[in-house]
Amino acid sequence: MKIDRRSFLTLLAGGAVGTALSPLPIKLMDDISIWSQNFRGTPIEVPVPERGPASYVDSVCTLCPGGCGISVRKIGDRAVKIEGKPGHPVNDGGVCALGLSGLQLLYGPWRVAGPKKKENGRWKKISWDRALSEIAEKLNELREAGKADAIAGIARTGRGTVARLMQRLLAAAGSPHFFPVPTNEDAYTDAVARMFGKPGTVGFDFENSGYVLSFAAGLLDGWGSPVRMFSAHSQWKTNGIKMVQVESRLSSTAAKADQWVAVKPGTEADLALGLAHVILRDNLNAGAAANSRAFDSFEALVKKDYTPARVAAATGVKESVIVALAKEFAAASHPVAVCGRGDGQTPCDSREVMAVTALNALVGSVNRQGGMIIGPEPDYIQWARPVLDDTAQKGLAKGPKTLAGLLAGKTPDVQALFVLEANPAYTLHDAPKVKAALEAVPLVVSLSSFMDETSALADYILPLPTCLERTEDVVVTAGLKTPMIGLTQPVVEPRLDTRHPGDVILDLAKAMGGTVAGSFAWSDYQNCLEETFGLVYGKLAAEGYLQKSVLETLIDTAVAVGRVDFSPVVEADKKARQNAPALVLAAYDAMRIAGGAIATPPYAMKIVPDTILKKNDLYVEINPETAQKAGLADGKAAVVETPAGKAQVRVRVTHEVAPGMVAMPRGFGHTAYDDYVSGKGVNVNDLIGPVPDPVSGLDTAWGAPAKLTKA
Amino acid sequence: MSAQDKSTHASVGGGNQESPKDKGGLAMLIAFIIGLVGSLVVGWVVFPELLYSEKEQPFEFSHALHMNELGDCEACHFFREDGTFAGVPTLNACLDCHSYAIGETEAELTFVEQYVDQNKEVPWLIYSRQPDCVFFSHAAHVRKAGMDCVTCHGYLGVSESMPVYQENRITGYSRDIWGYDITGVSLFKKNVWESMKMDDCARCHEEETGSKGACFQCHK
Repeated sequence: MKIDRRSFLTLLAGGAVGTALSPLPIKLMDDISIWSQNFRGTPIEVPVPERGPASYVDSVCTLCPGGCGISVRKIGDRAVKIEGKPGHPVNDGGVCALGLSGLQLLYGPWRVAGPKKKENGRWKKISWDRALSEIAEKLNELREAGKADAIAGIARTGRGTVARLMQRLLAAAGSPHFFPVPTNEDAYTDAVARMFGKPGTVGFDFENSGYVLSFAAGLLDGWGSPVRMFSAHSQWKTNGIKMVQVESRLSSTAAKADQWVAVKPGTEADLALGLAHVILRDNLNAGAAANSRAFDSFEALVKKDYTPARVAAATGVKESVIVALAKEFAAASHPVAVCGRGDGQTPCDSREVMAVTALNALVGSVNRQGGMIIGPEPDYIQWARPVLDDTAQKGLAKGPKTLAGLLAGKTPDVQALFVLEANPAYTLHDAPKVKAALEAVPLVVSLSSFMDETSALADYILPLPTCLERTEDVVVTAGLKTPMIGLTQPVVEPRLDTRHPGDVILDLAKAMGGTVAGSFAWSDYQNCLEETFGLVYGKLAAEGYLQKSVLETLIDTAVAVGRVDFSPVVEADKKARQNAPALVLAAYDAMRIAGGAIATPPYAMKIVPDTILKKNDLYVEINPETAQKAGLADGKAAVVETPAGKAQVRVRVTHEVAPGMVAMPRGFGHTAYDDYVSGKGVNVNDLIGPVPDPVSGLDTAWGAPAKLTKA
Repeated sequence: MSAQDKSTHASVGGGNQESPKDKGGLAMLIAFIIGLVGSLVVGWVVFPELLYSEKEQPFEFSHALHMNELGDCEACHFFREDGTFAGVPTLNACLDCHSYAIGETEAELTFVEQYVDQNKEVPWLIYSRQPDCVFFSHAAHVRKAGMDCVTCHGYLGVSESMPVYQENRITGYSRDIWGYDITGVSLFKKNVWESMKMDDCARCHEEETGSKGACFQCHK
């Protein structure tokens, strides 16, 4: 017998049958599947938390201004989950999608690992001492050249010790140019200062309101402190409190409201003044605002210009609805009216804020249970004035310019710009122009934890620990009835070669020497923080927050508010009344998208529905009427063009938006961070140009005149 | 092979000679049997031998001795205050008694010298470790459903010495998960603890709760 080809093949056949009859194939398949789930030490390794007992560190979330208390679960040294802190006055154990994804911001690849300097367009590592001494030298050169006021700073917030240290550094150097990124809270503060004689923080006692009338405020779309707003909304549902949403788009807030009043885009203030007309005409408020200044001029204005017929024509809301709304609002016990487009991170125009505030004042809902609460600005930071040398005094005497003014022109007035945890290259309106301006500034120093759009453009990056790695006071106003001061705690040891922003500023001042160094007497930031709070620091550190009692709030609010003066409302109405364009591109916010300086982390990006983002295509919403005019069908590609720029998008044709409106979500179109975040959709801020308010001066653009064409 | 070749074979063959066709058939049959038997031996005997490597625990350990001293499993394998299960005790737990050598066995010396004195965790090989994609709650089974340890872990808790740990060379997990019966057919099992694959979970869950359960209950 010889082994020929045929018997060899038969041998293989026998082998195949035998193998099939053995457990080998199934067992091997099972093992390989388990092996492939657990690649170790490869670039696609699946991270698996260590095993061991859990420990918790309490802190404050700073990803939005909401100020939620968080409790971070740790296994060993690794933070594995962010949870809401039970019993915290803001969120009582709740947490939002962005907060939950916060660990990705701590461990993500977009963290900046150590100080960097840009040389010939490329990043080079640099030591902290060298970076700070180089920056200090340049600042001193500017001071010596008499250009101290050409130093400027942009910060995420103007409140808290770190922001105030930055402001102090600028002042000590001789520059008044410190610009916190404005929000609707600033618009409220400005309106309150004009109408009540003193600036103050504005909050809302939603938990005790009997009727909630929201003028496009995205109460359930990220407005104020989102977790608190969700829980207030459940209370309204349980207690049968009516919530009315006035908005030109069916946002989540509008969808969950008891009544959605669909107005033409940008006519919320008209409706508010129309309601005031009906209330005054029918004397529905029993003279609640009689004890006020310039009431007559306001009454004359609304009676003449805001008749239901005219308001109906302007807003597109039926006269009968206007009258019914006014009656309900005035008759409700503890009604409250509120404004602040979307998540409230963009200031509303003065006319709108004042009209809504006037509506509250008309029915006596200012500083009353369930109403709008005006309190004093938090004043716990009482430092001695900085030491000013001649240079500083001269610089400060030149008087402040606006940020827009400083950045305008081919050679901007600002020669050195600090960016403190803000991302102006992404969040400011007409972002491409801002980017160009930043590139023209000779020295841009970004103090940030992340390689965001602004850091990418900077000359130096001084990386910061994230809020999960450092101690810092956080002032939380966020529409709370009583403002709060929270304290973040280091949940984990700093992972990278970072430095606390407070210490960066103190070290920079030291490096600058002279009176600048002399203005900072603290040994380090922790020392500054503890001295600032004095005796109450212990309580703050132990409890994680400080909040005034009900009695203190009562005294504060009584002191804060004088008689209401209606003349600013009339003035704002004269100056700021504007006609909406035929087609307007408007930005909107949603709970699942972070639209601010911090990008939506990958986890949260996963829950963005494909009606908003499909692959990298962003959908804008348009009304069927708009679609017909532009000749566009649902899902088709289109080009949106505004005076600021143009972008390719896809359209979603829906009755959920008003005719004449192109609704685009805020928070997409990042160009920095990483592959999970960048290159997705369009940044709406690229398309909207700034619109300075004639009264407050804040940039109150919420949209831009637009053209929509087939792509 | 072409048609012409076939016809040539046919013409040469025939008559009273032994048919080459039969000869070829026999050779093929033998080849088939060799292939079949060979692969069966490989599949049933050689493969399982090759698949697992044998490892010893870092040092000898007697559960029986510790049970005598401490009374029950939960003395070392306890639930933490938050309800999570501590699993194999960490060095800290051992130190409650073993801060210095108690007894004079070789294992005790190894333990104290190499681990206690150097404050190093003992790298125990864990027979029951499931892949990381499996979520398992001891609290749900022991506290809520009142199951005892033996049901799943067998009589390991009263053993005098630790069995040899057979590590799957591909997955890195213990052979105890698939079971020593290489067929992996759970019908042949006499005791629950003989294997701990997904089917075993599902079978018990179906018997006890009427449902195999949903994917996400264990695969979060």
